[in-house]
Amino acid sequence: MATQTPVTEVLDLTVEKAPQRRWLEVLHDWVTTVDHKKIGLMYIGYALFFLVVAGFEALLMRVQLAVPNNHFVSPQVFNRLFTMHGTTMVFFVGMPILFGFGNYLIPLMIGARDMAFPRLNAFSFWISAFGGLLLYFSYFGGSGLYGAGSAPDVGWFAYAPLTAQVFSPGHSTDYWTLSLLLTGIGTIGTSLNIVATAICMRCPGMKMSRLPLLVWLYLVTSCMVFVAVSPLTAAQIMLMLDRYLGSHFFDTQAGGSAVLWMHFFWIFGHPEVYILILPAFAFANEIIPVFSRKAIFGYPAMVAASVGIGFISLSVWAHHMFAVGMGPGANTFFVLATMAVSVPTGIKIFNWLATLWGGKIRFTVSMMFAVGFLFQFLIAGLTGIMLSVAPFDWQLTGSYFVVAHFHYVLVGAILFMLFSAFYYWYPKMSGRMLSETMGKWHFWLFLIGFHLTFDFMHVPGLLGMPRRIYTYEADRGWMIWNMVVSSGAIFQTIATLLFVYNMVWSYFKGEVAGADPWDAWTLEWSTTSPPATYNFAKIPSVASRRPLWDLKHPEDPDSHYETTEKPGGEERP
Amino acid sequence: MFACHGLYDLAVIVSTAFGDNPTNIFAPVGTPAHSVFGLSMLVLWITGAIFVLVAGILLYVLVRYRSRAADGVTEQEPPQIYGSNQIELAWTVIPILIVVMLFLATARVIYTTEHAPKPADALDVTVIGHQFWWEYSYPALGVVTANELHVPVSDPKHMLPTYLTMSSADTDHSFWVPRLAGKTDVIPNRVNTMWIDPQETGLYLGQCAQYCGVQHAKMLIRVYVDTPAAFDAWVAHQRQPAVEDSRVAEGRAVFEHNACISCHTIRGTVATGRFGPDLTHVASRDTIASGAVPNTAANIRSFVDNPENFKPGALMPPMHLDSHDLDAVTAYLTTLK
Repeated sequence: MATQTPVTEVLDLTVEKAPQRRWLEVLHDWVTTVDHKKIGLMYIGYALFFLVVAGFEALLMRVQLAVPNNHFVSPQVFNRLFTMHGTTMVFFVGMPILFGFGNYLIPLMIGARDMAFPRLNAFSFWISAFGGLLLYFSYFGGSGLYGAGSAPDVGWFAYAPLTAQVFSPGHSTDYWTLSLLLTGIGTIGTSLNIVATAICMRCPGMKMSRLPLLVWLYLVTSCMVFVAVSPLTAAQIMLMLDRYLGSHFFDTQAGGSAVLWMHFFWIFGHPEVYILILPAFAFANEIIPVFSRKAIFGYPAMVAASVGIGFISLSVWAHHMFAVGMGPGANTFFVLATMAVSVPTGIKIFNWLATLWGGKIRFTVSMMFAVGFLFQFLIAGLTGIMLSVAPFDWQLTGSYFVVAHFHYVLVGAILFMLFSAFYYWYPKMSGRMLSETMGKWHFWLFLIGFHLTFDFMHVPGLLGMPRRIYTYEADRGWMIWNMVVSSGAIFQTIATLLFVYNMVWSYFKGEVAGADPWDAWTLEWSTTSPPATYNFAKIPSVASRRPLWDLKHPEDPDSHYETTEKPGGEERP
Repeated sequence: MFACHGLYDLAVIVSTAFGDNPTNIFAPVGTPAHSVFGLSMLVLWITGAIFVLVAGILLYVLVRYRSRAADGVTEQEPPQIYGSNQIELAWTVIPILIVVMLFLATARVIYTTEHAPKPADALDVTVIGHQFWWEYSYPALGVVTANELHVPVSDPKHMLPTYLTMSSADTDHSFWVPRLAGKTDVIPNRVNTMWIDPQETGLYLGQCAQYCGVQHAKMLIRVYVDTPAAFDAWVAHQRQPAVEDSRVAEGRAVFEHNACISCHTIRGTVATGRFGPDLTHVASRDTIASGAVPNTAANIRSFVDNPENFKPGALMPPMHLDSHDLDAVTAYLTTLK
C-alpha cells in the first residue's frame, strides 16, 4: 500500500493554453477523435438532436389526438409518426445517450485514460450515427404501405406480416431494417468495449468489489446487450431474406409464422427496456448518495439485484404476448418470471430509500430530478405488476394504459434520471455549472407536464382506447382525457427547450465549476473539469469504494470498514 | 374482512368513476370480463397499498432528513451506514411472499378462463380479421355476415357461451370488446379461440387492438347481444337469400357489371367475391364501413363513390361511377334488408 499514488497528485495543475484554431481543424479533430470523452459527448449531442426530433413527432401526434375525428394529419402520416417516434426514441435517443454517459464516465470513474479499444469506440459511434441518418433519409428515399408512405410505417415493433412485400411494398421498411441492423453493430461494439474496460482497465486497488455502482450497472447492461441485440439482428436478416430472396420465415401466406417474429422481437425488446433503465439506476446510485451525504446502502445487494435483474429480464419477453394465444402453461410461466423481476427491483428502491434515511439531503436540481425518478419509477413498477397479471393484461395490452406505463418508465424514470445526470455531470464535462434557477423552472415545468400527460394517459386505456389509432370515435368518452394528455405535452416542450437553452447559456456564462463542485467521492471528481485528454496526470490508486471520501476524511476512511471478507454489511460503531 | 370490504368499495368506486362509458373494462357483463375485473381489483388494492406505504416513506424521508444548512455552509457529514443484512433480508422476503400470493391468484384465473370446458350447446362463430373489417360466419347455422356480430344472451342459470374461432386473412389484428372479455389476437396462419357469455342484452362496442395497417383506427367491432328469440329470428332472416326487388333492377345491373362482384358476395346473384364483406343483407345492418358511419343511403352513396371519404387507406378502390349509376346502385343496396 505504500506505493499508492495519493489521489491529490492526479490533479494536473498546468494550465493548457489552447491556441485559437480554425473551425475546420476543430471539426477534423472531432471526426477523427478516439478520445472516450469526445466520443461520449458526440453520442450525447447526437442523441439530444434526435430527442428533439422524436419529441416533435410526439407533439404532432398529441395535436392529432386532442379531439376525436381530427384531420390534422392523415392516417398515413400518423402511422409514420408513431413508428419513427418509437424507433428513434429507443435506438437513436435512449441507447446513444446512455452509451454517451457511459463512455464519458467509465474510464474516469475507474481511473483509466481511455476505453479498452478506443478505435472500436469511434467505429461504434459512427456506425450507430449512420444508422440514425439512414432511418431519417427514408423520408426522402422510401415508400411504405401500398406505396403510401415514405418513412417506415409498420410500428416500432414491426409485426409480421405487415412488413412483408405484399403489405409493405417500397423501401421504407428496408430503411428501418437496415438502420437497426447497423446501429445494432455499433451497440454491440460499444458494449464489448465497456465490458473490456470495466474488467481490464481498473486502476490499482480498484477491485470488482470497489467498482463504483455506475460501472457495475453498465457492465450488466452491456452483457445484456450481447444476448438481446443478437436476436434482433438475426430477425432483421431473416426479414430481409423474406423480402428479397423469397424465404418464408415470417411470410404467413406461404406457411411462415407471425408469432415467430414476435418472439424474436421481444426477446430483444424486453431486455432492451432493462438495458435502458439500468444506466438510469446507475446514475441514481451515484447521485442519490452524494446529495444525501451518505454511502449507498447495501452495495453488495445493489450489485446482486442488478445482476439478478439482468438474468431474470432475459426470461420475461413473452409477457408482451399474453393475448397471442400461447396457452395457459406458457402464460403462467411468463407471469411468474415477470413478477419475479419485481423483487430485485424492489430491493433497489428500498436501498435508495435507506440511503436517503438519516442523510442530510441537499435539494439541488440534480437531486430534485432524482427524487422525481424515485417517485415515478415506483408508480411505473406498480403498473408493471398490474400488466404482469396476464388476465388483467388481456384487457390492458395494446391499450393506452400500456403506453402510459412504458412512458412512465422511459420518461418518468429514465429521462428524469438523465436530466439529473446532466445537472450532475455537466460541470465535469464543460467546466461550468448549469444554472440552478433555470434548472428549477425546467424541473417544475417538466414535472407538471409529465404528470398531466402520463397520469391521465392511463385512463383512456382503462376505457378501451387502443394504441396506434390515428383518431377515435366521439362517443367513447375519451376526448376529455386526451385533451389533458395533449395539454401536458405543451409544458414538456417548453421545459425541454428551456433545458437546451440552459445548456447553451451555461456553457458560456455559467458559474465556473472547479474539479469537485458537489463534494463528491468518486474518481472523476479528482481531475480537472473538463478533464485533460489523458484524464489523469498520474494513474491514481484507491483503497475503498469512495476514494475521495477517504481523502477528505483521513480520520475515518471507508477503507477501515470495507474488507474483502465482509464487503458492506458492516455498520460504523 | 377489512380487505374484502375494501375490495368491494374499490370496485364500486372504479366502476362508477367512468360513468356509462361504452368500452369501460371495469363494467364487465360476461364471465371472462368479470373474472378479470375481480382479479384486477385485488391487484389494484395490493399495488395501491404498496404505493401508499413506499411513497409515504419517501415523503417522510425527504422532509425529515432534508439539509437545514444555509447555502454555502458546510455541515458535518451524517453518520455513514453501509447496510444491514437483517433489514435487507426483510425487504427481499416480504415482496417474494406478495409475488407468490399474486401469482397463485393469477394462475387460477388464467386456467379457469383458458381451460373452461366447452358446453355441448355452445354457439360457434368463425371470426376472420381483414384489413380493415371483420367477417363473421356461423358454420352450424349457415350464416355469413360482416362487422356486426350477433350472439344470444347467456342465462346465468343455463350458460350459453359463444365460442369464437379466429384467424386473419392478411395481417395481425386483435379482437377486443372490453365489457365482454380481454383481447385475443387474430393472426394469419394461426387459429386462436376465445369465448364470451354476455349476460345482458344490448350493444357492446370494441375495436381492433393490434396495428394492422393504414386504417387500423376504423376497424370497429359491434356485438349485439339478443334474447334467444330475437337471435333465432335474426338467424332465420340472415339465412334468406337476398331480397329481389324489380324496382332496383337497374342498380343490380350496375353492381353486377362492375368490379363490385369480384370482392363482394350477394347470394343469389353473380356476385361471389370473398375479399370484401358479404352484402346479402347489408341493409339489415346499422352501420357500414366496419362501424365507421351509420348505414344511410347518403353514406352508402358516398362510400361507393370513394371509400376514402370515410376510411382513407381502405382497400376498396373508388368505383368511378357516374351520378346516375351511383344513385341506382345505392338504391339497390338499401333494399338488401
